[in-house]
Amino acid sequence: MELPSSMSKIKMKIEKREEVSLEFDILLTFISICIALLVVAVIFLSFRINVFSAFEQIFISFLDVDIITVRMIPLLLCSIGLVIVFKANVWNIGAEGQLLIGAVAAAWVALFLMPNAPSYILIPCMFILGFLFAGIWALLPAVLRAYFDINEIITTLMMNYIAYFLVAYLASGPWIGKTVWGFKQTDLIPSQARLPQIKGTLIHYPTLLIAIVAAVLIYILLQYTKFGFEIRVYGSNPEAAKYAGINEAKVILLTMFISGGLAGIAGVGELAGLRYRLTANPKGLSADYGFTAVIVACLARFNPIAAILVSYLMGGIIVAGYALQVSLGISRGVINIFNGLILLSLISAEILKHYKVSFKVVKSK
Amino acid sequence: MSLESLISPLYEMVLLSTPIIFATIGEIYAERSGILNLGIEGIMSLGAAIAFVVTYVTGNIALGILAALIAGGLLALIHAFISITFNANQVISGLALAMLGLGLSSFIGENYVGLRLELLLQPIKIPLLSSIPLIGPVFFNQDILVYTAYILTVVLWFLLYKTKWGLYIRAVGENPYAADSMGINIYAVRYLCTVFGGILAGLGGAYITVAYMHTWREGITMGKGWVAVALVIFAFWDPLKGFLASLFFGGIEVAAIELYSLYGLNTHLTNMIPYAAIIVVMIFSASEIMKKRIGAPASLGKPFIREKRR
Repeated sequence: MELPSSMSKIKMKIEKREEVSLEFDILLTFISICIALLVVAVIFLSFRINVFSAFEQIFISFLDVDIITVRMIPLLLCSIGLVIVFKANVWNIGAEGQLLIGAVAAAWVALFLMPNAPSYILIPCMFILGFLFAGIWALLPAVLRAYFDINEIITTLMMNYIAYFLVAYLASGPWIGKTVWGFKQTDLIPSQARLPQIKGTLIHYPTLLIAIVAAVLIYILLQYTKFGFEIRVYGSNPEAAKYAGINEAKVILLTMFISGGLAGIAGVGELAGLRYRLTANPKGLSADYGFTAVIVACLARFNPIAAILVSYLMGGIIVAGYALQVSLGISRGVINIFNGLILLSLISAEILKHYKVSFKVVKSK
Repeated sequence: MSLESLISPLYEMVLLSTPIIFATIGEIYAERSGILNLGIEGIMSLGAAIAFVVTYVTGNIALGILAALIAGGLLALIHAFISITFNANQVISGLALAMLGLGLSSFIGENYVGLRLELLLQPIKIPLLSSIPLIGPVFFNQDILVYTAYILTVVLWFLLYKTKWGLYIRAVGENPYAADSMGINIYAVRYLCTVFGGILAGLGGAYITVAYMHTWREGITMGKGWVAVALVIFAFWDPLKGFLASLFFGGIEVAAIELYSLYGLNTHLTNMIPYAAIIVVMIFSASEIMKKRIGAPASLGKPFIREKRR
């Protein structure tokens, strides 16, 4: 058989593309997920893992609506916070630590500040202080970035580690419980501090409601307010923002405060709605939500409404990861592999947004 | 305090710094060429896992280290491809790479958690140098990888500042459009530097498991990859200063351990110290950068798009 390539040449043509439609964005996201699934399948194959039973397990996990919703709550809160900072081109990678600080605030309120207060005082107090503490925690890297031009990626990451060790210290030292039989953890928070759950599920619906309302509010803030406009201008062109009289420090500080605060609310929800105590292993509570939220924000194209859908999807991936670990003994690292791959293929696919690639077979003599 | 009592903590300092030295001087090369690789933490983690697994299975440490170098280079190649050929956002690509590397390492190392390697790299005494008081036993009674770190630091410093190749790299990082018109192949330089940085980060990761901890567990790198990215700034993108900055950080880690073992401070509190120190170090570098007006390579993190040339 003669190969046509010896006679003709495939010519690739690249043109600039101007407008990109919503459908195209969705298509790209879909393609990225497929590529990531494909690569994961190849990895499974090379480790002699039964790909069919693995994918069957993933599919079954996606039917687990209530568990996925439980996972979605912290993801949504963290990711809409990240949407607002990322829009300002500020890279807060510290949602993980900010979430933990929110949980610390909630534990402090419920165990020490007002353990005997009734629910209608205790629960709002936990949410408000969780938001404030975590917001203030996020302000340190914000101040360093705004006034000293210090890279916020590194400082927020470092503060994640500090938050981890702070929780471990509190749970194993000054806050160690009186009825924990030597375990390094705090006492359970009193029952009136616990968030109500939808009957028969673990869905702590007050946090879910806050998350969805917050997503809508952030959308309105970004699209329809002067501050939202300032965020978008500063994020896309800081030079132009300066000439337009936009206060750079105000944008950085305020977006970081809101972003940290929302992650803090996620922490309050995890503590008061699900775990009821801090332990010396903070990873159990934060569960990489703060990092996974980075992917949610990117996949949602920095749109808080889209983040609702995407965080549900990512919640499903986390649930599937746990299911794979339990049923097939596959390391939960596979979630991180998958997340990294989606993100890598997504930003690679971005090039298709700006350039139109077409192939043409050209006959040569 | 006698000199002898200082030897052991300072010796430990060199051991703890070595993986960071590799990662830092590697990242300096990537950033000098204009590519910000935030995936170092993932690359180190993968290097650590692969080096451990391969060494454990084959019993050959050289093979283990080789595997880590290859894995590190390949992972960095992904970042290079996406950020150089596809002009994608380097911050997102780097973060994705970190996740991918961390995920792969826990996936690969899963069945090897808690196993132990014997001491495979014996310390080698350098004649004459090792008999210098204090300095000798601290710096010149180490294993071969530590000496590799010394030599690499000097060679990379020389290459960057005293040779034509170094000039090309710096030109590409400062002004790729001018470098392009001088006939330098921007893509080749950036690919080489990024992949080289990945190889060194893989080596740094390998050092943690096969030469220092002799074991593997998830999260064994403890953020050392992120620390390296911070130290690059503290070192003002100079390999020699990168070496010293890494030693300094190793010193802080040792001091934190000593605070715990000597004064009984809560271990979780002392564990915070190195990370808090990085924030302090960042503040210090920022004020130096403002004062001396030296800064990051001007094109760091910016894609090179030839049609944009002005």
